[in-house]
Amino acid sequence: MNQIKERPTKLDIDKIRSDFPLLSRQMNKKPIVFLDSAASSQKPNQVIKSMDEYYEKQHANVHRGVYQLSQEATDAFEEARRSVQKFINAVEDKEIIFTRGTTEGINLVASSYGRKFLKEGDEVLISAMEHHSNIVPWQMICEQTGARLKVIPVSEKGELVMEEYERLLSERTKIVAVTHISNALGTINPVKEMIKKAHALNIPVLIDGAQAAPHQKIDVQELDADFYVFSAHKVYGPTGMGILYGKEHWLNAMPPYHGGGEMIKTVTFEKTTYNELPFKFEAGTPDIAGAIGLKAAIDYVEAIGHDKIQEHEAELLSYATNKLQDIAGLKIIGTATNKASVISFLVEGVHPYDLGAILDKLGIAVRTGHHCTQPLMDRFEIPGTVRASFAIYNTKEEIDKLAAGVQKAVNMLI
Amino acid sequence: MSINQIQDEIIEEFSFFGDWMEKYEYIIDLGKQLPLIDEQYKDEEHLIKGCQSKVWLHAGKENDHITFTSDSDAIITKGIIALLIRVLSGQKAEEIAKADLYFIDEIGLKEHLSQTRSNGLVSMVKQMKMYGLAFASKN
Repeated sequence: MNQIKERPTKLDIDKIRSDFPLLSRQMNKKPIVFLDSAASSQKPNQVIKSMDEYYEKQHANVHRGVYQLSQEATDAFEEARRSVQKFINAVEDKEIIFTRGTTEGINLVASSYGRKFLKEGDEVLISAMEHHSNIVPWQMICEQTGARLKVIPVSEKGELVMEEYERLLSERTKIVAVTHISNALGTINPVKEMIKKAHALNIPVLIDGAQAAPHQKIDVQELDADFYVFSAHKVYGPTGMGILYGKEHWLNAMPPYHGGGEMIKTVTFEKTTYNELPFKFEAGTPDIAGAIGLKAAIDYVEAIGHDKIQEHEAELLSYATNKLQDIAGLKIIGTATNKASVISFLVEGVHPYDLGAILDKLGIAVRTGHHCTQPLMDRFEIPGTVRASFAIYNTKEEIDKLAAGVQKAVNMLI
Repeated sequence: MSINQIQDEIIEEFSFFGDWMEKYEYIIDLGKQLPLIDEQYKDEEHLIKGCQSKVWLHAGKENDHITFTSDSDAIITKGIIALLIRVLSGQKAEEIAKADLYFIDEIGLKEHLSQTRSNGLVSMVKQMKMYGLAFASKN
């Protein structure tokens, strides 16, 4: 009798875990429980191998040589760009700029857009839950141009106060820069609605997608984002590689960021003319292997499917929220209605550093501290939190270990 | 006792612990017992800011000896501070300045004194030695 095979609707976690070689190692002589993917995710074999193979068989500098090898490398590099274009549904591949990461993407826009469009009395609108990398570049350009930084406040639940956002938007606002998902609280911000409101006043919007890209399908056209930035290393790709998406007309209007090779059309000592998009913003030899690794990561994520990833992570989040709440004295920081798989918490009378140090001894990797969001920690009047973040390879058993570990640490510390 | 004699004493004490939990429980106890720094010194001036935990340090001078008092908002950090104070407080300024604090490594706590932990301890040790250097040169 033929057996009817049911189409698996859930993730095959064992299969996924076997793709990530690091997950089989130990930390402090215990099988590692890696709950810090919001800082950087682990890499599947597919990504690692793609980069090895590139260096073994395809490497030459791109956009230069007339020889076949250079052409192959260039093709692979540009194919990676098109794969990113599809990943975030950009209109054109030239709207995809390779950077070193989210931080560089924001610095590029702050510096380049800022030098061209900001002047004294103008305002840059960010939020109180931004990562330092979406605060400091704007402060730097404000100092140079005389523009001022304005901040959308955060509610007790860890959500942006939308009435205040609307109140702060004005003809003085020249750009809005907000995070899609808070790295410290997990809050998913209503960025589509925020972009719509800003566009009603002709204000462009940059979205920091560092935490969103690993967890949900990004569609820059649907969002109508003017700029969208993220890092490869949080989407199971390599470190040192990131993406800046920018609408073509904005990128064309902005001056180059770095000068050098690749970004020029002609150079004389009197005048240099610049190359077209995307090369105008890609001075120097790019991270070719990084781009190829990112493409492999995108292929990996898309083969699993965003729906399944989201479903799995939502399940982990709700399981962990319930489990952790059972611990006496534990308080979750950030209780937004819409949350990604990030849980920040504190236990009454316990410093996050102490908790993190003991969890480390138990083989559990969590992040402790202010998560590069000091103004947000000040807002909640806390020194920092313990943050557990979940990815496609995490399991409920690991969350059980976390909860047991937290309880053990609390018993030791109090 | 000299700095090194105290360090050796601590290393011997720690050799009796069976596993990391016993060790950490002891450090946590030390943290809880550490006499608090005088409240007046718990200010910005005496604060050593780490990314993760805060440390306050005060140095007092008696003849050519330095007495340290300190506090931290994290208990494990505080326990390690208690050990550092046991080793360095009451010692001669010039001895503190040139001290080689090998005991941290030997008792298996060096991860707490690494830059990535950023708990204020690395800066605290530096600061203690700076006091030693400053007070020694005044003599």
